[in-house]
Amino acid sequence: MTNTPREITRRQMMHRLGLTALVAGPAAGLLSACATSGGGSTAEPTASAAGGAATSASNPFGVKADAPLEVVIFKGAYGDEYATKSHEPLYAKEFPKAKITHQGIQTIAQTLTPRFAGGDVPDVVNNSGTDNLDTGSLVAAGQLLDLTPLYEAPSIDDPSKKVKDTLVPGTIESGLVGDPAKPYLLNYVYTAYGLWYDAKLFEKEGWTPPKTFDEFKTLADKIKAKGIAPYAYAGKNASYYQYWMILISAAKIGGNQVLIDIDNLADGAWTNDAVKQAAAAWAEIGKYMDKSYEGLIHTEVQTQQNQGKVALYPSGSWLEPEQAKDTPAGFEYAMAPTPSVSASDAMPYEAIRAIAGEPYVLPAKGKNVNGGLEYMRVMLSKEAAKAFTEKTKSLTVVVGATEGLTLSPGTESVVAAQSAAGANVVTWSSFEQWYKELETELRKQTNALMFGRITADQFCANMQKAADKTKADSSVTKQKRTA
Amino acid sequence: MRHGKLSSASPMALRRYGFILSFLAAPLVLYVVFVIAPYVQAFQIALTNWKGISPDFDYVGFENFGKMFADDVFWQAVRHHGLLLLVMPLATIAIALFFSFLLNIGGGQANGRRTGVRGAAFYKIVFFFPQVLAVAIVGVLFQAILRPDKTGVVNNALGAVGIDPVGWLINPDLALWTIMGVMVWQAVGFYVVLFSAGMSSIPSEVFEAAALDGAGRFTLFFKITLPLLWDTLQVGWVYLGIAAFDGFALVQVLSVDRGGPDNATTVLPLEIWRQAFTFSKYGYASAMGVALFFLTLTFAVLTLRVTRRERIEF
Repeated sequence: MTNTPREITRRQMMHRLGLTALVAGPAAGLLSACATSGGGSTAEPTASAAGGAATSASNPFGVKADAPLEVVIFKGAYGDEYATKSHEPLYAKEFPKAKITHQGIQTIAQTLTPRFAGGDVPDVVNNSGTDNLDTGSLVAAGQLLDLTPLYEAPSIDDPSKKVKDTLVPGTIESGLVGDPAKPYLLNYVYTAYGLWYDAKLFEKEGWTPPKTFDEFKTLADKIKAKGIAPYAYAGKNASYYQYWMILISAAKIGGNQVLIDIDNLADGAWTNDAVKQAAAAWAEIGKYMDKSYEGLIHTEVQTQQNQGKVALYPSGSWLEPEQAKDTPAGFEYAMAPTPSVSASDAMPYEAIRAIAGEPYVLPAKGKNVNGGLEYMRVMLSKEAAKAFTEKTKSLTVVVGATEGLTLSPGTESVVAAQSAAGANVVTWSSFEQWYKELETELRKQTNALMFGRITADQFCANMQKAADKTKADSSVTKQKRTA
Repeated sequence: MRHGKLSSASPMALRRYGFILSFLAAPLVLYVVFVIAPYVQAFQIALTNWKGISPDFDYVGFENFGKMFADDVFWQAVRHHGLLLLVMPLATIAIALFFSFLLNIGGGQANGRRTGVRGAAFYKIVFFFPQVLAVAIVGVLFQAILRPDKTGVVNNALGAVGIDPVGWLINPDLALWTIMGVMVWQAVGFYVVLFSAGMSSIPSEVFEAAALDGAGRFTLFFKITLPLLWDTLQVGWVYLGIAAFDGFALVQVLSVDRGGPDNATTVLPLEIWRQAFTFSKYGYASAMGVALFFLTLTFAVLTLRVTRRERIEF
């Protein structure tokens, strides 16, 4: 243990270690330091570079037959099999000589941001997931392609119709970005939002989804008595599932204008009475939630619901496919609208938020821009849409693409809710994509509200402060919407 | 004569220096390209409004720094680093010193030599285990250990003795302390080994002489071990201090909503990451990076100056 001849070497080594420690610093210093690459190397706009071929009825964008196509798909709840097994083969059928490169990943922003900065971008991007690209900034920087030519092109199924006439109304509008607003996002999946429950469990217990918040509380007491959590969401990474519910309730109380004002950063949009009432109503439901849900992630809570430990869960219609592997036999997903807050609500109980979601974008500086447009046209064919619904148990925005398909119970309940809602549709929120900083603040404030650390009034005041800060921030590109 | 000497020595010198240079060149180039250059670039980006998604940017002077000093979240993060800096290195060093003393000297005498407690070799390996695990794995492990409901390992054990589940990571007053605990847990093993190496190089005659004079374990530790270990302690302190300015991975994996609840656990590296990758504000993120650089540098220089002592040669 002693007398080892390392006196000198040890001291030298320590000295050197100390020096290294000085200059190495924490790893994050390096994170921020990646590449401006001189700043002057603007990538050449190659929009027309690959468009050598002539346009024709079957090739309206004039795609060069042998131009390679690179597709990046967010591999989340929908997986990426629909792309590799259907959409890409359908494209390859049209252009057998084109080499298709496919990438299925989860960190879209981290993977693609450096590529946008360097000018080497893929042709089609499914920009989704927690770590998605900031489309507002991309549009402002001229990095995304205006999809108007796609919507004006003839449809694959019926060349006498334009693509835009084969889609669920509101699809194109939901993808408007920028000022003046242009359609930059193709929102492909028809997504309905509401409270999800196990229809079999509710049937067995004689419960019905609540139509008002008073009913909600009465039901919650009954469910609690059975030893089941009446309501839960995952605070650790999915507090946005909860803020959707608050926003939907606010729109039901005060009409869609409430959400449009929020998107437009209108003065007092968050301190609006409708937002306050919605926040207060949901905070009451928060009292039924165990504190531990703030520390769980969405899959953990969703699995608890599959195990019959959670009754109602706020989510969108991707929930059923996402949980397909964990859903036990005898568990039947069903979706109910959010309860009405008061008798004088602007929209009836049946109103749901049903929007085109899951955005796909085409980088403007891609090497095969026309191929990207054609890929989207293929996606919007009935055959591709049907394959998507089959593989993902989710509806697409393509009208009539479910003919001849047997729908899953959850999808069927969405179709039923859709027809019950009729024209009473709660609009989407664009600020989530436009103003990420505001969105991040909303996640934080939502947890604070639902787990009882702040009141509804404080929630509204804090959000108004954050919205005002965004409005005053000159480095953020402002956007407007009218409907 | 003179001329002749030079010309005859020159190839030799050239060969010698060429040999040395060839060893130095590669690491030096790598270091400049991958460490120095990015740092310099971060300073440059901090003065721009670069969004990170196109090569265009404008210089905005010190606007980013002005915004940063008015940013509540920035100051929250700095306060958290201050707290980490006060508690984490001290706790780690204290625990590591205690363990390494027990493992090397605390066991008493055997054959005229001081030894560690029984099973010291085994403990040494066990203590080192956390160091072998990647931070991400540690994070995922502790996710299960600290789960806020009854299924968490710690809460399950507490439940067995009738204590309600504790919201280790969801209680804003507790979350940062919990993450600090994980950092300490992960670091202790390395410093046990580091201090053990330091202790084993202290000549045993010193201990024997002190023991003959009637020194107990307490005196041995504070009067002999600690002063003779000062150099090693100093290095450990700098290391841990720098670690206190990081914490990114653990906070990212463990905390609610990345830095929550209510920013209770956020740290500068996490805010830099968020500003850059979520908000596309690379210029602002770089300004925070520059602030972090100076904080770390100040700490390291101060530590090395303040703790400088006369060396004891043996």
